[in-house]
Amino acid sequence: MKRLRHLHIVYMALLIVGIQVVTSATDTAYFLTQLTMSAYYSLIIIGLSLVMGYAGQISIGHAGFFAIGGYLSAFLTTYNLLPYQETGIVAFLSNAGLLVFSQDIYGTDLLTVHPWCAFISAIILTTSIAYVIGRPVLKLKGHYLAMATLGFGIIIFRIVLGSSYFGEADGLSDVPGFPLIGGVEISGNMSARIVNYYIAWGLVIIGMVLLLNLVKSRVGRALRSIHGSEDAAKAMGVDAAKYKLHTFVLSAVFAAVAGVMLTHYNGGIGPSEASVMKSVRYVAIVAIGGMANLWGALIMGSVLNFLSLRGYFGSMDDAVFGSILIIIMLFAPQGILRKGILKDLRNKLTGNPEVKQS
Amino acid sequence: MTLELLFQYLVAGITYGIIYAIVAIGFNIIYNTTGIINFAQGEFVMLGGMTAVTLNTFMPVPLAIVAAVLITMIIGALIEIIFIRWLDNPTVLRMIIITIGLSILIREVALHVWDEKVRALPYFSGTATSSISIKGVYISPQVLWVIGICTLIVIILNFFFSHTLLGRQMRACSSNRKAARLCGISVQNMVTLSFVLSAGIGALAGCIVSPITYIQYDSGTGLAIKGFTVAILGGLGNSMAAVAAGLILGVLESFSIWILPTAYKDAISISILLLILFVRPGGLFGSREALSLKEF
Repeated sequence: MKRLRHLHIVYMALLIVGIQVVTSATDTAYFLTQLTMSAYYSLIIIGLSLVMGYAGQISIGHAGFFAIGGYLSAFLTTYNLLPYQETGIVAFLSNAGLLVFSQDIYGTDLLTVHPWCAFISAIILTTSIAYVIGRPVLKLKGHYLAMATLGFGIIIFRIVLGSSYFGEADGLSDVPGFPLIGGVEISGNMSARIVNYYIAWGLVIIGMVLLLNLVKSRVGRALRSIHGSEDAAKAMGVDAAKYKLHTFVLSAVFAAVAGVMLTHYNGGIGPSEASVMKSVRYVAIVAIGGMANLWGALIMGSVLNFLSLRGYFGSMDDAVFGSILIIIMLFAPQGILRKGILKDLRNKLTGNPEVKQS
Repeated sequence: MTLELLFQYLVAGITYGIIYAIVAIGFNIIYNTTGIINFAQGEFVMLGGMTAVTLNTFMPVPLAIVAAVLITMIIGALIEIIFIRWLDNPTVLRMIIITIGLSILIREVALHVWDEKVRALPYFSGTATSSISIKGVYISPQVLWVIGICTLIVIILNFFFSHTLLGRQMRACSSNRKAARLCGISVQNMVTLSFVLSAGIGALAGCIVSPITYIQYDSGTGLAIKGFTVAILGGLGNSMAAVAAGLILGVLESFSIWILPTAYKDAISISILLLILFVRPGGLFGSREALSLKEF
């Protein structure tokens, strides 16, 4: 089993390299831009798959965590601290080497927080918010849970839309690149397209390995037992509340990392990233991939996001996701990317009563 | 702060509050017979308002409203029959996702049928600028219409659920589905009826508020969230408490503008929702004893 898991990762890595080689050879490297973006979105989706599929908790507020990460990072790396250079805390940060001097395109001097520093603050903030929100929210079930997470998402959306610090309806732009080691940076720079493609998918592979190991471990078994029957799990000594909370926080961190990276890649972020429709879209993709199926979520996440970003759905974008959501939930609530789907369909068509419903 | 201004805010709060209450009652009707929350409830309100505006171009307002309500009721019935009726014991998670999907679909269809422009019915009596002065407080006649019609809806519904056979059958389904079925009540038909009823009420609400609030393809979502807040605040399934909760939320929201910019108005009511969910998920008026038996 262990070998098989690693084999899948190897296949995935080969596919990623293959796609890059093919696009370079056929002069269609422009596809890589959307593929990079869909990689970051897939990162949120596999995190959400852990919460929905394995812990059995719905969250219609994950775009909120994405936005917290993206917006905080964008704000810190673009907000000019030069006027406050002499004041205590800014001077302290500057001395500690956490700030960078730069110039914008008009030659104005800027003093902003270093991207790494901004990244770490974004992750710390997301983790704390996820803890504070998650503790009371995850006590709820069903409709109450759905509505509470939806409410959280809307509050974040309203805050970024209403606050002048976050650019209101315009969002934040001119976000600098995110420097990694050796002069490589995450940015929308054309020349760095291939490098960025590999960085993004490298992150997804790291995330996948982490989650695959997690669900195969003691934690994963505990989560599945909670999903099956929370009472039974508790009776066996599983601390259900703790496991649910930790999964929720972990997936929030996944969303925030994706938010930070995509913001640096795109060079900006707008309020639509925090909107309810985005959250619903993530839920839709997890549902299509089959709730407790990380590979299904990853495949559907990258394919559907890629198609959507390339604009293949045109003005029907939201309608397509809405329809997919309904059709999957009506006819194949276990998702479509799994073994036995054909058998189930045949049973359904011939009216065989052995069909398992959930 | 003069006393007149205080009352002015109060009236505005009551107007919005009663609209929220009507949406919440729509949620409660479906919740009571099926145990599910229809996340597409706000879309009924939008459909009612938009259809009435379109029909109003070739028929008088009262007729357009009646026709719009009937059309929305038919849509409600169709939705139930096509998407929900044949599902065999679906999980809550599945129902949530289906109704969310429906709400997106209805909204997108509305966007393509109409457009993104805001619309409104004309004022039922007088014009946008006419007002009635009661001791220095100016009230638009439309506000009186809203309050009047909504009060009427509440009274009629109350009568329907407590004194008619059909209403009692619906209540029987909510208290015990199996027992209701054993008594010969068609639970499935009651569910369809609850969708029809809540679609109709939503549509009517959409028609009467559209002159004040205006309506566009995506106004349903906002109303649905407020309606849900109110339904939770009053205790899910309790329609009378929803009215009280609606008034509380409406007035709170109206006065919150003093303290915070309007951009955060929604954030305030949702924070109230979260607070209630965390502290008293059974609502303000639920009894402690009943709560201990329920799962949230």
